[in-house]
Amino acid sequence: MLKKKITRKSFLTMIAGAALLTSTALASAEETIKVGILHSLSGTMAISETTLKDAMLMLIEEQNKKGGLLGKKLEAVVVDPASNWPLFAEKARELLAQKKVSAVFGCWTSVSRKSVLPVFAELNGLLFYPVQYEGEESQKGVFYTGAAPNQQAIPAVDYLMKEEEVKRWVLAGTDYVYPRTTNKVLKAYLLSKGVKEEDIMINYTPFGHSDWQTIVSDIKKFGSTGKKTAVVSTINGDANVPFYKELGNQGVKAEDIPVVAFSVGEEELAGIDTKPLVGHLAAWNYFQSVEGKANAEFVKTWKAFIKDDKRVTNDPMEAHFIGFNMWVKAVEKAGSTDPDKVAESIIGVAVPNLSGGYSTMMPNHHITKPVLIGEIQSNGQFEIVSQTPGLVAGDAWSDYLPGSKDLISDWRKPFSCGNFNAVTGKCGGTGS
Amino acid sequence: MFKSISHLLLLLLTGFIIIGNSQPLRAEGFAPLVEQLTQKSFNKKIKVVRKIAASGESRAIPLLTALTEGKLYFRKNDKKVFITAAGENGYSLLDPLTGKAVGISATTEMKKIKTNNKLRRTLNSLLGVLTLLSPDPATRLKSAKSVFQSRDIKTLPVLKKAIAAETLPHIKKEMLTTQAAIVAGSDQPSSDRLAAIRHLRNVGGNDVLALLTPLATDKSADIATAAQVAIKAINNEQAVWGAFQNVIYGISLGSVLLLAAIGLAITFGVMGVINMAHGEMVMIGAYVTFMVQEVIRNAAPWLFDYSLLIALPLAFLTAGAIGFALERGLIRFLYGRPLETLLATWGVSLILQQATRTIFGPNNREVGNPSWMSGSTEIGHLALTWNRLYIIVFALAVFAALFFVMRKTTFGLQMRAVVQNRQMAGSMGIKTKWVDALTFGLGSGIAGIAGVALSQIDNVSPNLGQAYIVDSFMVVVFGGVGNLWGTLVGAFSLGIANKFLEPYAGAVLGKILVLVFIILFIQKRPRGLFALKGRAVES
Repeated sequence: MLKKKITRKSFLTMIAGAALLTSTALASAEETIKVGILHSLSGTMAISETTLKDAMLMLIEEQNKKGGLLGKKLEAVVVDPASNWPLFAEKARELLAQKKVSAVFGCWTSVSRKSVLPVFAELNGLLFYPVQYEGEESQKGVFYTGAAPNQQAIPAVDYLMKEEEVKRWVLAGTDYVYPRTTNKVLKAYLLSKGVKEEDIMINYTPFGHSDWQTIVSDIKKFGSTGKKTAVVSTINGDANVPFYKELGNQGVKAEDIPVVAFSVGEEELAGIDTKPLVGHLAAWNYFQSVEGKANAEFVKTWKAFIKDDKRVTNDPMEAHFIGFNMWVKAVEKAGSTDPDKVAESIIGVAVPNLSGGYSTMMPNHHITKPVLIGEIQSNGQFEIVSQTPGLVAGDAWSDYLPGSKDLISDWRKPFSCGNFNAVTGKCGGTGS
Repeated sequence: MFKSISHLLLLLLTGFIIIGNSQPLRAEGFAPLVEQLTQKSFNKKIKVVRKIAASGESRAIPLLTALTEGKLYFRKNDKKVFITAAGENGYSLLDPLTGKAVGISATTEMKKIKTNNKLRRTLNSLLGVLTLLSPDPATRLKSAKSVFQSRDIKTLPVLKKAIAAETLPHIKKEMLTTQAAIVAGSDQPSSDRLAAIRHLRNVGGNDVLALLTPLATDKSADIATAAQVAIKAINNEQAVWGAFQNVIYGISLGSVLLLAAIGLAITFGVMGVINMAHGEMVMIGAYVTFMVQEVIRNAAPWLFDYSLLIALPLAFLTAGAIGFALERGLIRFLYGRPLETLLATWGVSLILQQATRTIFGPNNREVGNPSWMSGSTEIGHLALTWNRLYIIVFALAVFAALFFVMRKTTFGLQMRAVVQNRQMAGSMGIKTKWVDALTFGLGSGIAGIAGVALSQIDNVSPNLGQAYIVDSFMVVVFGGVGNLWGTLVGAFSLGIANKFLEPYAGAVLGKILVLVFIILFIQKRPRGLFALKGRAVES
């Protein structure tokens, strides 16, 4: 009896599926350019990545309204790697080999990016990576539209040193590749600025850590030597909410010990009551509160697209906005979606960013961006308290790490090398 | 705000003292200063607010308070500064020069005067001095604390006056500490400074440590030695408090573990169902809290402080009903097949997670803390946050209630009877299948009310449950399957062990060590801390 039911049901699903297939087949009878979207829609990272999928769908829809690209419509191909790092590689392969997409926009965590790198190298695909990351990488088909450490971490530390006169540093992070590398860069930078070893405290916590009592009280203790103390936080994802709640409840105010975060944006703050957090800082290349026509337009389009007036915009969304427009322009310039031609034509392409300037794709596959420092407000938005006067070009290899300061990345022909060692004069010095 | 003229005079006096030797500003000087607040540079604004505070104007206090609170705006077209209050049709404006209401303005016409941490720090210390003599005790206490942070020698005369006028002992104590803090680091006579250091040594705590540390290398040898002795004494005291703190934090972590695990102690412990969807019941409880708060926010904001009390029964019923349905619809077909139960409930957990994601979206949902659960209290040098304290009490209350149900009610009796000997219980007229479903519902319902409590300290997101499932199984297995007391003792001992390891080993290694310990412990005592004896074990 049970068996029969299932068969009937699956039969119905099959018919429905077949109907769906024919309709898509009909729609795609006129040729389209396929754009792959590789963001987790389920699992732990869905909280951050789903928004980026929606942002991409919006950008593609807007582009199609403008008449598409090279006379063809764009078609989004969405896959769900489910916050599962090896699955990212499988899904990337599916996008490139089976769906034949022209470019992929995706990944969030560095682990997921590292897992898809070999696939993009092997199948000669293009990946636009929209999240701030630890640097120390420059790959042929990969374009880093998020911030490298010198576009986020270093300027934030500079701000604290100059404006807040911070002398003692707590580097707190989640235990994985981005915080560990960023903290390595930051520690080397702080030491080079004359900060003493004993004035730096480094602390790592597991993913999703929720009991912050001991660590917050340790931070309070560390900050009680009479020297101005600040926390540089690379704490990722869900762990931030309980961390900030504990800070607020234990009475750590931004005026005493400011926390500057690299992974906390408007989207993360949407889940907390931000009143106790007013004054804590974040460093990004974009805030929703940026004033200007381009941004106002973007925020309006986003709210209309997502049909929710409460939704916010954030930095990785802007990175996709820039990356997508750069790709569109490069395709137009090359007159083709061929990855090799696009990769060549995209270098030097400049498109407007949302903070009122132009971002340019550099030969090292990183882009130029302004660096903004914002203070958290009681409404969950940021108030910009500092902005770099000009644009900062992303640095693939840190100048402060001994292994990578001699490395140069330049993907223009005939140089075409992501890790040229200036000392040995060979491509493929150290690093990957 | 200021009822008497004498207070006003004192305030004026304060202003003169801060400005020191310079002349008080003429009344016309105030308006241009206020106008200068509209400039962009924070450092320039700091200079302006210093001048405003030194103007000796009583109007300075509401103005600077509004600036600190982010309520000071200026009109875009004429750059006129107003104190604003957000209303339904825009901002209602108050002229800071006249103190009179001057109508309402659309939000788009106004621009906020921005502050940063440095500016707010300056504002707090300036306001601290200005309000040391305020008639409101809470304000006086706050100002004594903010003067302690800034420790400006110029505030000493005002502070002395405030101490002399103070009648409330706890505020006076705070002011005396502040005075000692100022004197200790100043160029006052050595004897005064030594007395101040002695005073501070008795106060103790992190803040005092922060201000004594630079004094340990003071030019004067006497001061330096006194400071070093005091630092040593305070450090010793802190070490004792530190151990005490670890115990309290451990109990707090233990209470969270207990809450997460107690429902599982029923479904897994008593019934023996390996319930991987347990975490999702906790998540459902948290989402019920969110929905209750959402309704209250929209319909009855005054009820907000009671939102958790309203959410508790609803969360219990919702999660309980889902648990009941789960037992009837799935688990009862799988009794005696642990592996299949594990896989099926794991599948259910994924379905529930993704369903939540589809209904509520993948983002965190904001669950507010009611006012009585925000902030912290101090016991000695220990900051205890209210939400953690309430959760400790709540966890114990839930445990007691469950214990009562199991031991003293007919349902509890039937439940234990079914677990111990199903055939016998059945032949005594107990509807065993019905009891099974209700027991599973009870366990799930309790997980639901745990979710209400956990929504106060953790994210309310579809992933909430995943974070607790491993910990919950750890507690139940360690404590002894089928024993409620075991769950209680297991939760607290794991919590405390974790917190003692954390400062030495770090959070990551600490957790690993606890896990290794449990594995070794289970090797030695496979049935956990409190092993069940008797017939139930053999079956």
